Amino acid sequence: MTNKPIYAVTGLFEKPDEIINAAEKVAYEGYLNYDIHTPYPVHGMDKAMRLPPSTMGYFALVLGLSGAVLALFFMWITTAYEYPLVIGGKPFFSLPALIPITFEVTVLLATCGTVISMLFIFFKMPNNSHPLHDTKFMKQVSSDKFGVCIEAKDKFFDKEKVKSFLLSLGATEVEEIYFDVDDLKNKNKILTPKFSGFLVFVIVLTSAASYATLNIVMYMPPFDWMMTQSRLNAQGTTDFYENHSAMREPVEGSIARGFMPYAFIGQPDSAGKYLENPLEMTEANLAVGKKKFNTYCSPCHDYYGRGESRLKGRFPNPPSLHTDKTRNWPDGRLYHIIT
Amino acid sequence: MDIDYAREASVIEGNPSLKSIEDSISKPLSTKASWKYWLALMFTSSLLITGVVCLGFSFYYGTGLWGNNNPVGWGFPIINFVFWVGIGHAGTLISAILFLFRQKWRTGIARFAEGMTIFAVMTAAMFPLIHVGRPWLGGYLFPYPNQHALWVNFTSPLLWDVFAVSTYFIVSFVFWYVGLIPDFATLRDRAVTKMRKFIYTLFSLGWRHSSRHWQNYEMVYLILAGFATPLVLSVHTIVSFDFAVAILPGWHTTIFPPYFVAGAVFSGFAMVQNSLIIIRKVFNYEHIITLDTLEKMNKIMLVTGMMVGYAYGMEFFIAWYSGSQPEQFAFMNRAFGPYMWAYWIMITCNVVSPQLFWFKKIRRNVFVMFMVAVFVNVGMWFERFVIVVSSLSRDFLPSSWAYYKPTLVDIGILLGSFGFFFTLVLLFAKTLPVVSIAEVKSSADGSQPTHHGGSSHDK
Repeated sequence: MTNKPIYAVTGLFEKPDEIINAAEKVAYEGYLNYDIHTPYPVHGMDKAMRLPPSTMGYFALVLGLSGAVLALFFMWITTAYEYPLVIGGKPFFSLPALIPITFEVTVLLATCGTVISMLFIFFKMPNNSHPLHDTKFMKQVSSDKFGVCIEAKDKFFDKEKVKSFLLSLGATEVEEIYFDVDDLKNKNKILTPKFSGFLVFVIVLTSAASYATLNIVMYMPPFDWMMTQSRLNAQGTTDFYENHSAMREPVEGSIARGFMPYAFIGQPDSAGKYLENPLEMTEANLAVGKKKFNTYCSPCHDYYGRGESRLKGRFPNPPSLHTDKTRNWPDGRLYHIIT
Repeated sequence: MDIDYAREASVIEGNPSLKSIEDSISKPLSTKASWKYWLALMFTSSLLITGVVCLGFSFYYGTGLWGNNNPVGWGFPIINFVFWVGIGHAGTLISAILFLFRQKWRTGIARFAEGMTIFAVMTAAMFPLIHVGRPWLGGYLFPYPNQHALWVNFTSPLLWDVFAVSTYFIVSFVFWYVGLIPDFATLRDRAVTKMRKFIYTLFSLGWRHSSRHWQNYEMVYLILAGFATPLVLSVHTIVSFDFAVAILPGWHTTIFPPYFVAGAVFSGFAMVQNSLIIIRKVFNYEHIITLDTLEKMNKIMLVTGMMVGYAYGMEFFIAWYSGSQPEQFAFMNRAFGPYMWAYWIMITCNVVSPQLFWFKKIRRNVFVMFMVAVFVNVGMWFERFVIVVSSLSRDFLPSSWAYYKPTLVDIGILLGSFGFFFTLVLLFAKTLPVVSIAEVKSSADGSQPTHHGGSSHDK
């Protein structure tokens, strides 16, 4: 028993008035490394213990403000800078309409950030191997007693003197708390084979589950990106009409409204020969072209034109755009293919 | 009567010792459930299964199984969404706003109300997902970086909803958990079996009831309450924007945000009232959730009920005063059109029935207040029905008018939502302390030092 390093000496008190009195006396004696344990917050305790005011408010202020700035900046980037879209003729960056989300993000970041910094930075939790845990003292202050705990690292600490001091204040029970030697030796519990094995298991399981969900399950009906639908395709068949065609035939000689017949249907060579590219080869035009390619073409052709995209195999595979054949095609022919 | 108004009335009756408070709150956690509990759980889970089956049909055959038709595209899912989000508001009001106002009587009911908030928001959050028809694609509601450089529309009230409801859920959950940490520590130190001890140790994070911690903890709790207060007001405000920002007559009104918030608190209190009356009876918490507390809740229901009644009247006044014909038609149609049955159910339940609470005898009669709270819940559900359906079914173009009728599947999903909510409430009541142990201890008589600075002389 005696060869264990001592952590603290504790004393238990019965009444809230007594513990306030004890806290005042302990603080008056000049102890710094001590704590008062109560089953609920006791009014006036911070004054009795001479604690400086809590600084958590500043955390909330800084986190909340950064939430507001972050949200506004993010919405400006996305709606006014990177992909400006006209919505209802409003300005791209219309502040009043962005206030609700700014407010929500402010609250979210301030509350979560403050709680996380309190629990994990200020209180250094989770801390289940603290020497006070599982002591008789802890079990009492958890329920209906009030306790004083004077730590051994305090410069005025002297086991016998502290004991008699606590008894003189009216403590009903005085207990010595020791460090658990095993706990002191095994610092890095994260490295024990059992725990690291568990971590590896979790990593493998989550990766496999995410892979299966995103690449297999999402391509099976009914999740298959609306690939299978109970509708009639324009050129398909049906038993509903007598001629088994899903489409009704237009009246003879009808032309679609606004339809300009394209002169080179089925003639890619003539298209290449007679159509000219009206756009000049400038930096700005190339940048627009790149953006359009990334938005509309890349889903199949991929960003580099190799045809190695995410959708490979789900549609007829596009050829690589890097072969000599495609590279030497005139602009008109490419236009013919695209349109 | 001789009442000393200088002395605060005690919120916990019978002057129990701290130990006995703890014992009675943690009793349901360590004892076997009675047959009544299992019966209740069987009832709620069969409702839940009904809902699951109806949802399964809806996903298999499609949303054509619902009553939603062409003008009334919103129908039951949106009515239920607004209803359940509203239910959640009472919890935050009790735990945050009453905390800021230093209302000590909230301690007995705050934890339970917060739990109900979380479950109500979970129930509510299902409905927009159900309503889009492909709930597994709900992830697209959030802004995420993608190869098309496309972002969600941050100026849309529907997206505000996504942010408001998810923030509300997370913040309510954090608030709830922060309140639970000291209780987990107390339960950890009471635990006898190894399994319980492990679970409580895990969730208590090693809380030591240290006063140095309590000081920061109380500060953070205050900050959380301070943030949760505007948050709860913002959530139903934003839900009301879903309607008010549209140009449909009957929706396009500036009174909607305060009117929705008042209605949310009204219906939420009714739901908390209903559940608490059962809980205090089943678990013998009559001395912690006192009749005084219930009476105070009834007063809040009376106030918010009249606020809602005022809003109903004011909507009519503004419709007449605006001189806008479609607006006037929309409200006449509401009260005397094809949905007048729903409108008058709403008025009877929401405006007339809480007027009973003017009488002290009724405010303190548990059976009558339970019935009134049920009426209020029914009435508030019909309020959302009236708003959604009556405006949509008859809009600007008479040729597109149509009558909306819910199908059995719709009703099954509504029942399922009640089953989901109450199953979670029952599980919560059996696995976690439904009353905050630390807070009730701190507000029991004689638990705080006397006002003489605590020096140990006589009182």
